[in-house]
Amino acid sequence: MTTLLIAEHDNASIKDATNKALTAAAALGADVHVLVAGENAKAAADAAARLSGVKKVLLADNAAYAHDLAEPLAALIVSLASSYDAFVAPATSRFKNVMPRVAALLDVMQVSEIIKVVSSDTFERPIYAGNAIQTVKSKDAKKVITVRTSTFAATGEGGSAPVENAAAAADPGLSSFLGEEVAKSDRPELTSAKIIVSGGRAMQSRENFAKYIEPLADKLGAGVGASRAAVDAGYAPNDWQVGQTGKVVAPELYVAIGISGAIQHLAGMKDSKVIVAINKDEDAPIFQVADYGLVADLYQAVPELTEALGKLGK
Amino acid sequence: MKVLVPVKRVVDFNVKVRVKSDGTGVELANVKMSMNPFDEIAVEEALRLKEAGKATEVVVVSIGPAQASETIRTGLAMGADRGILVKAEGHVEPLAVAKLLKAVAEAEKPGLIILGKQAIDDDSNQTGQMLAALLGWPQATFASKLEVEGSDFKVTREVDGGLQTVKLKGPAIVTTDLRLNEPRYASLPNIMKAKKKPIDDKNASDYGVDLTPHLEVLKTAEPAGRKAGVKVKDVAELVSKLKTEAGVL
Repeated sequence: MTTLLIAEHDNASIKDATNKALTAAAALGADVHVLVAGENAKAAADAAARLSGVKKVLLADNAAYAHDLAEPLAALIVSLASSYDAFVAPATSRFKNVMPRVAALLDVMQVSEIIKVVSSDTFERPIYAGNAIQTVKSKDAKKVITVRTSTFAATGEGGSAPVENAAAAADPGLSSFLGEEVAKSDRPELTSAKIIVSGGRAMQSRENFAKYIEPLADKLGAGVGASRAAVDAGYAPNDWQVGQTGKVVAPELYVAIGISGAIQHLAGMKDSKVIVAINKDEDAPIFQVADYGLVADLYQAVPELTEALGKLGK
Repeated sequence: MKVLVPVKRVVDFNVKVRVKSDGTGVELANVKMSMNPFDEIAVEEALRLKEAGKATEVVVVSIGPAQASETIRTGLAMGADRGILVKAEGHVEPLAVAKLLKAVAEAEKPGLIILGKQAIDDDSNQTGQMLAALLGWPQATFASKLEVEGSDFKVTREVDGGLQTVKLKGPAIVTTDLRLNEPRYASLPNIMKAKKKPIDDKNASDYGVDLTPHLEVLKTAEPAGRKAGVKVKDVAELVSKLKTEAGVL
């Protein structure tokens, strides 16, 4: 019995999502190997080897794995299938894309976005935007699992596993990478941020996000999020979206500004430790999940809050 | 080029679902059902391709109970040309759905299959990717822009860090994200016209696909609740509570 964890990384380092998915992978009870597939990814493989409890790291270093294309990455994972009983990956956009392809090639029904490992074949996962929690038992001999990382603690360092090279699998050559627009930001990534400040439709414009939300976030050292309504309206880029179909987050502090609290938004943030809501509508559903609610005009309250935090030495 | 659009009948996105008290599932009796919103976006995109002269025919297919024909009619009322209903009772998992869709695709030979990235009931986010795997086709999930280039496709995808653009060799699978388009409402004349459009009735058993679930659902439960906290009167009180009571500053 061995579990293969497929790592989220940027070639130079391992992403926090990997540390969290490792906690879930280890809970299956078997030895855990980690697959690092990328290009010039030796540094990421070395980082994976230092994770506590990892028995072996496989490094597949090849140009075919440089750009997250689903077809070659799925082919690689399937080529390793005979040695493993379970394939676990964080539910990041990369693995939401790839893992179902792996599952179908193995004739396995994937268990998506687990929030708890009950036993080696039984898991809890949210359905209906988190309005119900299903406990499912997989009858497949091999398991394919994605992990909702916001509900698992990160595994730390303390290991020294060997790194072995894995041969690249034949590239099906069905798709090619043309380009990407990746926002460069010094702010923490949403899925690993300790504090998140999010804005909703009430922000009214991209400029207002920059004028009100971002200074508050920077004062707190926070990541910046947005509701679907704000993203749809073009006030914020898509990678800021928090919700059922965007990113699912669980920071120590989530500050929801001008967000009404639609079900699909709550699905993405209601596991946050402390929730603050600022909204001028006192009946907004966001107040039903907020620990601290402030009924106020955000255009006054947010600058005041930013200033008050400045006085605190933030 | 023919475009195939798989659509799913799901609990309407405005309905707050209730977990059954005996833990066997969620209450579906007398609940409003609609087309999965991401699939509506897929139908819309297919229709736009046809209107732009890039597609010749839009075929809507659904797998589910007899009532799924209503979901297909919704697609026909939006403007799709014809429908295929593959009747299957009970819960059909994404893997089985993908196997049935593969059989439909082999018969219909579309140049593009476009469908929602996930269904808002089971939130699995699997069917498109699985179908691509079974057909041996390329996939572009979470699409926010789709361009046809001959028999190939250029697709912009919403990914964690921003946007990624890939090229797919057709035939291909594309799954839709929210920003791809805003679906149209069906007009009354088009709703009337849709009643005369053909829906081909099939049964899952026609395709020899084993629908036995691979996942056994042991229990469905309410999530741990979260209680509303307190209202603070001003920013000063908020800061004070965050600092001393919550300890997060």
